[in-house]
Amino acid sequence: MWWIGIGHAGTLISAILLLLNQGWRNAINRFAEAMTLFAVACAGQFPILHMGRPWLGYWLIPYPNTMALWPQFRSPLDWDVFAVSTYATISVVFWYVGLIPDLASLRDKAHKRYQQVIFGALSLGWRGSAMHWMRYEKASLVLAGLSTPLVVSVHTVVSFDFAISIIPGWHTTIFPPYFVAGAIYSGFAMVLALMIPVRRFYGLEDLITLQHMNNMAKVMLATGLIVAYGYTSEVFFAWYSANNFERFMMHNRQFGPYAPFYWCLIFCNIITPQFLWIAKVRMHMGILFVISLIVNVGMWLERFVIVITSLHRDFVPSSWGYYSPTRWDWAVYIGTIGLFMTLIFLFVRVLPMITIFEMRMLVPSGRVKEPVR
Amino acid sequence: MTSVELKPPIYGILAEFDNSDDLVEACKQARAAGYRKMDAYSPIPVEDLDEVLHLHDNRVALFTLLGGLFGCFGGFGLMSWCSAIAYPLNIGGRPLISVPMLIPITFETTILCAGLTAAISMIVLNGLPQPYHPVFNVPRFAAASSNKFFLCIESEDPKFHRHDTARFLESLNPDEVAEVAH
Repeated sequence: MWWIGIGHAGTLISAILLLLNQGWRNAINRFAEAMTLFAVACAGQFPILHMGRPWLGYWLIPYPNTMALWPQFRSPLDWDVFAVSTYATISVVFWYVGLIPDLASLRDKAHKRYQQVIFGALSLGWRGSAMHWMRYEKASLVLAGLSTPLVVSVHTVVSFDFAISIIPGWHTTIFPPYFVAGAIYSGFAMVLALMIPVRRFYGLEDLITLQHMNNMAKVMLATGLIVAYGYTSEVFFAWYSANNFERFMMHNRQFGPYAPFYWCLIFCNIITPQFLWIAKVRMHMGILFVISLIVNVGMWLERFVIVITSLHRDFVPSSWGYYSPTRWDWAVYIGTIGLFMTLIFLFVRVLPMITIFEMRMLVPSGRVKEPVR
Repeated sequence: MTSVELKPPIYGILAEFDNSDDLVEACKQARAAGYRKMDAYSPIPVEDLDEVLHLHDNRVALFTLLGGLFGCFGGFGLMSWCSAIAYPLNIGGRPLISVPMLIPITFETTILCAGLTAAISMIVLNGLPQPYHPVFNVPRFAAASSNKFFLCIESEDPKFHRHDTARFLESLNPDEVAEVAH
């Protein structure tokens, strides 16, 4: 859930901002999209590993089989399969379509034979014909238009995993919007956390400007406030529902054995981002980096709190327990972080992390007489 | 001039320009001079070219719509068929085709099919993958993906003439004019 949420900012940056014609997205969309893909890859590990019998995971996909069985399409678990696999597929397609002209550029610049062959094959023989560009732009626009509702739907479906159940603390209508906002929030935090060092080490200050950072910080602040509203309304509805179990859950969350996590989460996700109101903070890379890391920790805590505090003390006291992550839980989690970082580093090394052709459209030295978008 | 072509036929003649304005201007003049079979190549999308070259093609959008409809009805149909015909489960007499519960997956299959058809139709309509194309024979064409803009008048054009066309292109003030071998 944490990983999927992180992924969302990538698609959001590339799709929604393309539709809104926000020129500043160009410098960061490729990187953010790549981050999306890798985050989704990491996110995919968890449901598979948690199925109990991961080798039977394909049973969730409808296919004609000798047992004449079909999956239960009314289960949010199966919705998740469709939502996440669609999301992964469309993200790959969107990302690859964006890469084609750049791969052609790499092909033409490559000197070594193997590079020419690889980039040549991947660029599909792109030659920048006017007709091709026209269809290309149409396809990009359509893909952006399709990705936008997709992003929203994916995290909505993830929140349905919770909201469809009757567990106190999960069974609320605020979940879908609150999850989507949380996803964007953590996603932007992750983009910032990755991009600030990359920008520094590769000297990309001219391409990814302070203005980009400023805008991303503003989006983070806005979504952070929506998330804060979500927390507040959760507390309010626990009280307003007058449901004993809901009220107990909230009291237990705030003052029970997991209370430190809850207050830590409030500190990370609500208090910390308030510093982003100050323009100087938004422009100071060191502070912004720390804030984005804190927000990422906070969002992880949020998911932990939601999952654990609702489950560990449910309706019947006889089934109460205390959960703490085992060594293997940590291993899986740290393993996915490793996977994510490996993929990010490979990407930065091998592929153009900034969309070449879109930057050319912006740079005046190309003497392109288009209004700078 | 009506001289007989002696050299082997070529694909066309390629003119190189330094910026997109010159390219658009050249395309305009080539249209005005009566050339129709030509193509422009640029490292970035140039908005005016569609108009100047009279390019119209909305098939990407059409195919996307069709793909989306296929995904929508296909996804819903598959689930309905599975839960009403192939594997009906009677749970307390609830409806077999419970529409609201089937909506999320219907939505996802719609997006999936629409997105895939958008990308695939773009690639296929563009005739890609096409590893070989005559324009790649011109060594300077490598710059078409970085900072140069090209106009190619193809030899299939009825008005095409090896020398006249070359002279015409020279008159447009290009950086360079080159013949494109097949």
